[in-house]
Amino acid sequence: MSTKEIRLLSVSAILGYGFSEASLKAGMARKPDMIGVDGGSVDPGPHYLGAGIPFCSPIAIKRDLRLMLHAAIEAGIPMVIGTCGGAGGNPHLDLVAGMARDIAREDGLSFKMALIRAEQDKAEIKRRIAAGGIHPLAHQPELTDAVVDRATRIVGMMGPEPFIEALDNGAQVVLAGRSSDPAPWAAMCIRAQLPPAPAWYAGKMLECGATPSIPKGHDSLFVTVREDHMECEPCNPARRCTPLSIANHSLHENSSPIHHIEPGGMLDTSDCRFDAVSDRAVRISGMKWNPASQYTVKLEGVELAGYRAICVAGTRDPLLIGRLDNFLESVRAEVATKAAAFGATPDTYRLGFRVYGRDGVMAEREPKRDAEPHEVGFVIEVVSQQSREMAAAVLGVARANMLHTDFPGRLCREGNMAFPFSPSDIDVGPVYRFSVFHVADLADPRELFPIEYEMVR
Amino acid sequence: MTLIRDAARVCKSKNAGPFELTIDVVFDDAAVFQKVKATGVLCPALFARLYNVPEEHVLFTPYDAAFAFKATFPRLVPAGEFGDTDVYGCQQHAPLLDVDLPI
Repeated sequence: MSTKEIRLLSVSAILGYGFSEASLKAGMARKPDMIGVDGGSVDPGPHYLGAGIPFCSPIAIKRDLRLMLHAAIEAGIPMVIGTCGGAGGNPHLDLVAGMARDIAREDGLSFKMALIRAEQDKAEIKRRIAAGGIHPLAHQPELTDAVVDRATRIVGMMGPEPFIEALDNGAQVVLAGRSSDPAPWAAMCIRAQLPPAPAWYAGKMLECGATPSIPKGHDSLFVTVREDHMECEPCNPARRCTPLSIANHSLHENSSPIHHIEPGGMLDTSDCRFDAVSDRAVRISGMKWNPASQYTVKLEGVELAGYRAICVAGTRDPLLIGRLDNFLESVRAEVATKAAAFGATPDTYRLGFRVYGRDGVMAEREPKRDAEPHEVGFVIEVVSQQSREMAAAVLGVARANMLHTDFPGRLCREGNMAFPFSPSDIDVGPVYRFSVFHVADLADPRELFPIEYEMVR
Repeated sequence: MTLIRDAARVCKSKNAGPFELTIDVVFDDAAVFQKVKATGVLCPALFARLYNVPEEHVLFTPYDAAFAFKATFPRLVPAGEFGDTDVYGCQQHAPLLDVDLPI
């Protein structure tokens, strides 16, 4: 067995979540072969992919990026970030690339940078639909040209191969669009001839920074990958990895704890062993990699669902709380009549009453919906398919009727609702929904992910 | 009477992609895990009942190496869709806390 190893430093869970400079320094002192961080996630919902904006603030992203660039350039090692800007579309990647250029100019750094694009051309996706190369995931319908045409943005989720190409071509800074979270880390290991099983498992740990440690937090994680195992240790001495914290993390965000589908294969963790090598470090072994007969990448896409306006309110009136469903139905009926009068017929908007204190968190799955609370909070919500202005107009009617609509036994004749804010109504803007959640068969794992190189100085 | 809230080390929910919810219940060690497993209380039918989903839509996996049980099933609506109450899916675990484990 070879004694080869790859040493990897992940600074945090997401670029922009922050990490301490002490953790970075401690990690760099252990001489990593690569520094990186996951840049995003689909978890914050469809909005960010649709709107082309990050879910972390640009200020926080630039702070993290500056520290990482300095550390990488000083040590002469690659710095790699997948799913840049939160959702990994072109505006997201361009935002982070622009920051890297700004930091280089401001701080006198120079490096070869690769940008790996993941946003997909609609004509190309439609060509692949026609060729039978796109398949639905998670019980979704087959992808159609109409859904592709309606999509605001579609990204492909790349595997390690585009990262390997960029690193092989000498890029020191690799910024990528939407990527499988472990892919940048797996790439570094696989190009060093380490086997895919520990390489992918390492990526699964590193993509969340110090999350696999206790106390859990957004901080840095150091992983050493060898031929048949990997070792995890947090950089901050206040945190520890334990067999339980690592095992627990292996459950994270996957439908199965033992079968992890990735581009090109499946990581099987059924027979994993978690052994403490110190009171802060854990060795993980026994993972297996089953190559897929067909290489696939996930596609994610969103479409515009309308325009949202919301209003927050609450009631402390037991007479109202006691007949809430009837009250909300009478408000809904009032809104239907009044909104139709200015051109918003009920088929053009959706009106929602979220009732906190009753079933605001679990909706139909709430087992204690009938428990009577002493106060309840509302988020009144309108999503209009017509315009932002119409969403605001329908919401205004809903808010006024929540405040003033009579109900049997009413004593609070001045108003039913306590509003915490003035203005009470908030224009949220465009709303997106997930519309593409499919996989594409690829002949070459790199074919949807073009790479651009530049010298930054 | 031993409730999950008293016996488990972890009881959590989270999205597994935008269309599915996944719930993990993790115990301290192999001994407790095996006792819980032997009761058969944690099973697809339990999740089907608590979350009002057809049993055949529940992917249930005990994971011995992590002393954990995982159940994955469809969300009520996709993450971020109109009517979604929990975009990250991380506050859907509560009905499990009061499940009684005869151990």
